[in-house]
Amino acid sequence: MLRVSWSANIWGMDGSNLFASAALDLARWQFGITTVYHFFFVPVTIGLSFLVAGMQTAWVRTGKDKYLQATKFFGKLFLINFAMGVVTGIVQEFQFGMNWSDYSRFVGDVFGAPLAIEGLLAFFLESTFLGLWIFGWDRLPKKLHLATIWLAATGTLLSAYFILAANSFMQHPVGYEYNPVTNRAEMNNFGEILFQNTTTSAFMHVITTCFLVAGAFVGGISAWLLFRGRSVEMARSTLKLGMITTLVAFVLVGITGDHQAKIMVQQQPMKMAAAEALYETSAPAPFSIFTVGTLDGSEPIFEIKIPDALSFLATGTLDGEVQGINNLQEELANQFPEEEYGITNFAPNIPITYWTFRLMIGMGGLAFLFAAYALWATRKGRVPSSKWFVRAAILMPLLPLLGAAFGWIFTEMGRQPWVVYGLMPTAAGVSPGVSTGYVLTTVVVFTLLYAVLAIIEVGLIIRAVKIGPPEVVPKDPYDTDAPDRQLSVTY
Amino acid sequence: MELTTVWFILIAVLFIGYFVLEGFDFGVGMLLKVIGKSEADRRAIITTLGPVWDGNEVWLLVGGGALFAAFPEWYATLFSGFYLPLFLILVALIVRGVAFEYRSKRSSLKWRANWDNAITIASFVPALLWGVAFANLVRGVPVEPNEVAGAGFLYTGGFFNLLNPYALLGGLVTLTLFLTHGAVFLALKTAGDIQPRAQKIAIPLGLIAAVLAVVFLLWTQLAYSDKAWTWALVVVAALAWVGGIAANYLKRDGWAFLLSAVTLAVAVAFLFSVLYPNLMPSTVNEAYSLTIENGSSTEYTLRIMTIVAVIFTPIVLAYQGWTYWVFRKRVSPADIPNPHEGSLDYPDEAQAAAAHAAANK
Repeated sequence: MLRVSWSANIWGMDGSNLFASAALDLARWQFGITTVYHFFFVPVTIGLSFLVAGMQTAWVRTGKDKYLQATKFFGKLFLINFAMGVVTGIVQEFQFGMNWSDYSRFVGDVFGAPLAIEGLLAFFLESTFLGLWIFGWDRLPKKLHLATIWLAATGTLLSAYFILAANSFMQHPVGYEYNPVTNRAEMNNFGEILFQNTTTSAFMHVITTCFLVAGAFVGGISAWLLFRGRSVEMARSTLKLGMITTLVAFVLVGITGDHQAKIMVQQQPMKMAAAEALYETSAPAPFSIFTVGTLDGSEPIFEIKIPDALSFLATGTLDGEVQGINNLQEELANQFPEEEYGITNFAPNIPITYWTFRLMIGMGGLAFLFAAYALWATRKGRVPSSKWFVRAAILMPLLPLLGAAFGWIFTEMGRQPWVVYGLMPTAAGVSPGVSTGYVLTTVVVFTLLYAVLAIIEVGLIIRAVKIGPPEVVPKDPYDTDAPDRQLSVTY
Repeated sequence: MELTTVWFILIAVLFIGYFVLEGFDFGVGMLLKVIGKSEADRRAIITTLGPVWDGNEVWLLVGGGALFAAFPEWYATLFSGFYLPLFLILVALIVRGVAFEYRSKRSSLKWRANWDNAITIASFVPALLWGVAFANLVRGVPVEPNEVAGAGFLYTGGFFNLLNPYALLGGLVTLTLFLTHGAVFLALKTAGDIQPRAQKIAIPLGLIAAVLAVVFLLWTQLAYSDKAWTWALVVVAALAWVGGIAANYLKRDGWAFLLSAVTLAVAVAFLFSVLYPNLMPSTVNEAYSLTIENGSSTEYTLRIMTIVAVIFTPIVLAYQGWTYWVFRKRVSPADIPNPHEGSLDYPDEAQAAAAHAAANK
């Protein structure tokens, strides 16, 4: 394959253009803020759409009121959340072109296709059938109406697949050839992009995470309702559903994460070394749980390590060799000469990768522990009365959500200094024609707007939870004798 | 036919779909407070959009995605070049979507009034700016070679270059067309008091739009079109619009909406036809113009995208069409006996709202 050559005057690289470098930093901040924010809503949408579909299926099959009540209650929360996911998603598609136009032109031939297909296959499905679900309670036959939520849920799954295929190309570019005439990557094997193990493993890890998030969301809220003695019959069922989903999903998140880590060691060894702040190549390598002190390779003041564990995680054997940052730096510097790529430091920000990796796992682990405790504490009709129980219940929905955010920060920042690993430096992707002032304007406005919307959104979720499910379930919404009108979930 | 031309046409189709569908969303949004006098009126008006607005907006997302996939150079140059207008459109679309979903979540009058204002403004901004953006595309903009990337192109015109008289007229044309389109949509989709109000307001709006649009279309044809056959589209668009106004006057709501949709579709088709085979004509040097040849993806990518589009577009059209069929019934304020239903009110707020509603009766 022909090698790409990035001109030496890539923005900010030679230090002569401070303003351009500020534009790059701002564009990165904007991407980070808008993407992490967007991903607070995405896993709730994906996971909860399936859980709500499950609740409604249970109601259609058994006719029990509590399932209808659960469908309506969590359906309402789902929709409050979904709205935010939709509107913040539009920014995602636009900002590649706006802030990262050289990235877009370089990878567009490869990267654009999964995005366009995501829209055509997933977004239409999701939005149209969700519209039918919201407004269709009194318009569609019972089973057809049930089918609409399942189709919307399927749409969210497809959407995740295609966007992760696109992201996986950034993590591990395959199925393309570099064309020096057009100076861009050109696709030559779409199947490889869609089905490479980077894509499939990321998909499994992300989807199981979505169920962890939704399980904790349903479980935490149900635990609060139960504690308060609200809609007890429903809350018991949904607590079980939420907590068991959390337990199972956490185990699956662990298995898929382990699988993904082994692939990462092969494809981006530097990211794994950075996750561990492992400076020297070691065999066997320990897994560091906690470090006090600096992460710059000098002696830590205090740390807890599990011997051999990193070797096992990375290679599957207890004494496998795990490469360290220093060796990798040397190797990568030879592989990607500075005069061609303009990169001297191949290591990402170590404190961020080290801590986000741990927080990601830790947050999920806490949700798992509370889920197990909550199931035990509510066994055989018991109702926990400890105020610590209810505090943990309130915190629970936030834990996997933050874990997922840390996971994305880890995987995206761990890829630095590349935007497409081994192919395009991040600094080369920024829009050359967009001034620092423009990016500053948009990053400030988006951040403020998102902050205001977060306050409103969380406020509405809290209201909806506090008001709780209606104690007396309204009559069968499919009752054909009822006056023909829209139901209470409408706008 | 070359795949590059196929994709130029497909992107035109996606934007036609977008403007026809979200066009009435914008119009309805802007008319919300004009036609909706009472709380029940406004809820009825928003309910006409409720099941469909999100699906309509996906046409833009797919259009943007198709632009990225089929003409990456166009996507990169256009989106980084038209930075501020697109940013304003994004902010408006964010606020507008949230406003639809959240406005009826509380019965507080202030809460609802704020969201109603948000819907009005956030519908106005993109309705105006889309016209400005498309007119600038047809007119041509300063595009030069991209020195940094060593290949491709870059918009070098800045923001104020986009605010020329022709483009501003284009903005007014989409604004008034969408307003009218929204009014005839409401005339078709509502019952009770709001329906005659929508019918009535569509006439002056339609006449203003007609004057502006005719000037704009003639200006476009005479100044920027190098094709004689595009005259045909000008004529069809104008006739359809006149027919639509007449149908509205005769209270044939279905025909009025159909003809208004035809006008929008033909007008967008006209702009794309004038543009072809350019994507972004350069005003600096004709050699720098972005065209379907120098702006496109590879044959391989276009072929894959074509296969996907051929299979899935008919399916999408079928189920979106079905949605409109399911919700074909007119919505009347009388369908909403309690405008506070569905609000997330605490008991004291619910009582206050009920008392207020009773006092107003």
